[in-house]
Amino acid sequence: MHATMQRFEILDHTADTGIIAYGESLEEVFANAAYGMISIIADAETVNEVVEREISAEAFDQTELLVTWLNELLYLFDAEFLLFSRFDIQGLTEERIRATTYGEKADSSRHNLKTHVKAATYHSLKLEEKEEGFRAQVIFDV
Amino acid sequence: MAGWKKILRKIDDYRWEIDPSYKPGMQVPGLIYSDEQMLDQIGEEQTPDQVANVAFLPGIVGKSLAMPDIHWGYGFPIGGVAATRMEDGVISPGGVGFDINCGVRLVLTNLTENDVRPRIEKVVNELFHAVPSGLGSEGRIKLKGKEIDKVLRDGARWAIEKGYGEPEDLEFTEENGSMKGADPSRVSERAKKRGTPQLGTLGSGNHFLEVQVVDEIYDESVARAFGVEQTGQVVILIHTGSRGFGHQVCDDYLKTMGKAVRDYGIELPDRQLACAPTKSAEGQDYLAAMACAANYAWTNRQCIMHWAREALAKVFGKSYRDLGMNLTYDVAHNIAKIEEYTINGKKYSLCVHRKGATRAFPAGNPDIPSAYRDVGQPVLIPGDMGRFSYVAVGTEKAMEESFGSTCHGAGRVKSRRAAKKSLSFDEVADELRSKGITFKATSKSALVEEASQAYKDVADVVHVAEGAGISRKVLKARPIGVVKG
Repeated sequence: MHATMQRFEILDHTADTGIIAYGESLEEVFANAAYGMISIIADAETVNEVVEREISAEAFDQTELLVTWLNELLYLFDAEFLLFSRFDIQGLTEERIRATTYGEKADSSRHNLKTHVKAATYHSLKLEEKEEGFRAQVIFDV
Repeated sequence: MAGWKKILRKIDDYRWEIDPSYKPGMQVPGLIYSDEQMLDQIGEEQTPDQVANVAFLPGIVGKSLAMPDIHWGYGFPIGGVAATRMEDGVISPGGVGFDINCGVRLVLTNLTENDVRPRIEKVVNELFHAVPSGLGSEGRIKLKGKEIDKVLRDGARWAIEKGYGEPEDLEFTEENGSMKGADPSRVSERAKKRGTPQLGTLGSGNHFLEVQVVDEIYDESVARAFGVEQTGQVVILIHTGSRGFGHQVCDDYLKTMGKAVRDYGIELPDRQLACAPTKSAEGQDYLAAMACAANYAWTNRQCIMHWAREALAKVFGKSYRDLGMNLTYDVAHNIAKIEEYTINGKKYSLCVHRKGATRAFPAGNPDIPSAYRDVGQPVLIPGDMGRFSYVAVGTEKAMEESFGSTCHGAGRVKSRRAAKKSLSFDEVADELRSKGITFKATSKSALVEEASQAYKDVADVVHVAEGAGISRKVLKARPIGVVKG
């Protein structure tokens, strides 16, 4: 990643929040979208790499896969209270993602838990290739 | 907004129509309940476009409706109502939302403001400790093995059997707290896993537990029927839903419906509107899973009410029966229901999607508790934590025009981030204190995000609904104690 390249930015909507994630590769944009989403929930930079999880998911196409991938991480937050700060994407095709994610159990005293993200939605969902790299837009229900 | 004013045709002071010619593919017109002033804000958000998009749904009848608290949502607007024919129409999980059966429950007390004021700190603290809330909170209920399936199948009845409340509570809950057709086998294991630790939790965001005082009564006889005798009477309002369980059910079925849209060749302007014919296997499976989530939410509110009763009993040293803590009513405001309506003289069985809208059945309707059959169904409309909440009653007009629906709350005007940018915790806290409101929240940002300034004034919303005739005000109540997740 270029030092100058921003990983993600927050999109502001009245009832909801979204992100635009950037990356030089598709893998990077998927990882940055995940990091951006975790940053809405908590201070992602405070999350240590204590546990790891293997994640694999599939979907009809790559944009749907982006939503599926993010919702996998939200599931792990609700079911196991896990937050992640690093996403190592080992395989990414049109319909499938395989990744190892690193993080730890959420701790309100250290991670500044902010907003509960209910789900990544398909609304105004975009995954596109631009001259300067890839760009993804996802709106969350919060 | 200027652009929208040309597109919206004014019918009267409270009704604005979007002609189907606005977007090719609209099956029916759109109808927004609003006054001129609120319309400016609605137009800014491109919400009318979402109302038009909903009008694409196959089998939609009447109009694609937007209640006066409408605001931008993902796919369906929040405050959207859409009725589709059972016979050849579709069901859309996006028309219910992620928080399936998010809803409100009003509990009475025979205490007055004078009784409660001196002990309000203690009351709020007890409530805060009795009801787990906040991001990632775990419930007090430990479900083992397949017990979750019983919750999903039986809903609030399960809670009563476990000792969380009284059998008569069920009579005063929409669907008696147990929606028929709930089939746990239609629910993914991960939804169950996500929902198991969260049963009996308030959650975060706009969910709350409030101690309120009846401030003004507009219709004494209806208020009396609902158990409210006088101004100054203290009531408890609970607002929460199906937590992560509902979110997972919605997410699972959006994927199913995404495929169904392709398989059945349904054309939609927005992927988030994904749907399937209601009579198809996908549609029936969603209905069965949605009913499970609805039951989860009713169980959740039932358990929370039980702990609220215990908390007050502890503070006042009396049993909750002696405190008159009866349930007035529990309404769902994110749900799809199969209901019958007459359109142009013909009876139809319809799937009514209410996403941020409250059922508002009039007097005489067999689906409301017999105690209210002469007056109509209580409609509970929470406002923001610094202003008022309303209780209204359903009307005949709602049956004729809005598929027995009305507004559900205030509706946001400021995003959470914008609220945090423009207001500090101290400002919000000082304002609440100056209004005599005691509060407790799990985090400072949770409180700031929910500041009054982030919401429309619910009084305006209720006024438009009354002006349009789809519900009638009964009373308003103001908060004196607020618990936020």
